[in-house]
Amino acid sequence: MAGIVGYGAFIPRNRVTAEEIAKQWGKDPAAIRRGLLLEEKSVPGLDEDTITISVAAGRAALERAGVDPQRVGALYIGSESHPYAVKPSGTVVAEALGIGPEVHIADFEFACKAGTEAMFVAFGLVESGRVEYAMGIGADTSQGAPNDALEYSASAGGAAFLFGRQHVLADVVETYSYTSDTPDFWRREGEFYPRHGGRFTGEPAYFRHVTAATRAILDKTGLEPAAFRYAVFHMPNGKFPLAVGKQLGFTREQLEVGWIVPTMGNTYSGSSPTGLAAILDEAEADDLILITSFGSGAGSDSFVLRATDLLADRRTRAPTVRSMLEGRRRYLTYGEYAKYREKIILNA
Amino acid sequence: MPSPRYWREIPSRYRLEAAACRGCKRVIYPKRQVCPQCGGVEFEATRLAHRGRVVTSTVVHVAPTDLQMEAPYAMAVVETEEGVRLMVQVADCDPSEVLPGMEVTLEFRLIRKEDHGGILCYGHKAVPVE
Repeated sequence: MAGIVGYGAFIPRNRVTAEEIAKQWGKDPAAIRRGLLLEEKSVPGLDEDTITISVAAGRAALERAGVDPQRVGALYIGSESHPYAVKPSGTVVAEALGIGPEVHIADFEFACKAGTEAMFVAFGLVESGRVEYAMGIGADTSQGAPNDALEYSASAGGAAFLFGRQHVLADVVETYSYTSDTPDFWRREGEFYPRHGGRFTGEPAYFRHVTAATRAILDKTGLEPAAFRYAVFHMPNGKFPLAVGKQLGFTREQLEVGWIVPTMGNTYSGSSPTGLAAILDEAEADDLILITSFGSGAGSDSFVLRATDLLADRRTRAPTVRSMLEGRRRYLTYGEYAKYREKIILNA
Repeated sequence: MPSPRYWREIPSRYRLEAAACRGCKRVIYPKRQVCPQCGGVEFEATRLAHRGRVVTSTVVHVAPTDLQMEAPYAMAVVETEEGVRLMVQVADCDPSEVLPGMEVTLEFRLIRKEDHGGILCYGHKAVPVE
């Protein structure tokens, strides 16, 4: 059975707290923390972007897999913050990882779902036998407009997953996708920041797609929520994934390990994939894992995975998500944050 | 740096590709045609480990235009496990804490942007070990 043979994640070391952002705009920090369940978020340095995050995560995935990069036949990166408007991120990442030139590469975009989209296609190519190994990456340096609700959550990070058929760390048991045209969040060409439909991003967008995809994959596999040891849903804030999990019949205990948004923020295309990486850092053999992403516009991808007995040994070959969230960090003032996110306009 | 030169240097900048002399085993980075130690001309391709130690460092307060937003920042000579020395920027730390002997890893980072609208140039920077 095809599945994940290597995985890795990367989260930048800079942080800004929800309190620091709230103070800047005269908002009540306690109300923000309580309302969105967010404490702090990662911030990319001036020298970090989707490409550098993808390389770090991809290197960790190859380390865990122990696979010669030359055997990787496809590389896909999902992001809504590709550094170039025209020129692929994937070519830089492949060169840095030692993959190719005999490789198929594409950059994907589907708001916050682009990461699982990349994973979905990579897995499909391996399962069909078209390529021996394929890598799917979800990474972002997310944009949020100043003084917008998104500013408290939009963060940076990502995860990479290498799919193959031998020495599998987590079998892919089933996949499912649910998509409709729903204008809940968008950014038009030339605009700095995305816009969103406020409360419209909730029920008709996030909750409809996440519940539909999850219920369908449960039907397809004949599994009940109680069969899973872990589940992770896209994390636009702290509240939504807990609420949708509860609606679907999952307990807080099942969600806790992958629910990393309170201290990481929303890494958009990297959100649920990094949550999955955090779960793989802890899962035991035969544990069932559910991941359902959400991308505005809108759609959800669901995967059911089963951990194998190889996972415990291989996870030690690269840093864990928790070690990056709880390791050395640098806390920024709002002014430093504005500088790092290049929100300050300078004379040319 | 013009794009063609940047493109030519991709193997050494992106993958830290080096050459090990078949004669004296010295690792040379970036690759050369002749070994500076024994004059040998036969090499084996190798890649540098992503770990090293700071040999010496300085803090740049007055930065070139491209890096003004990053100042002050530390520049260091880092010696890798293979005995190769390379000059790199040290990121994700207080620059005054970068001192000889500090253990570092080499991470893939954006080195500079080639003027407004130009290409993005990537390579490696040192980051203190956790």
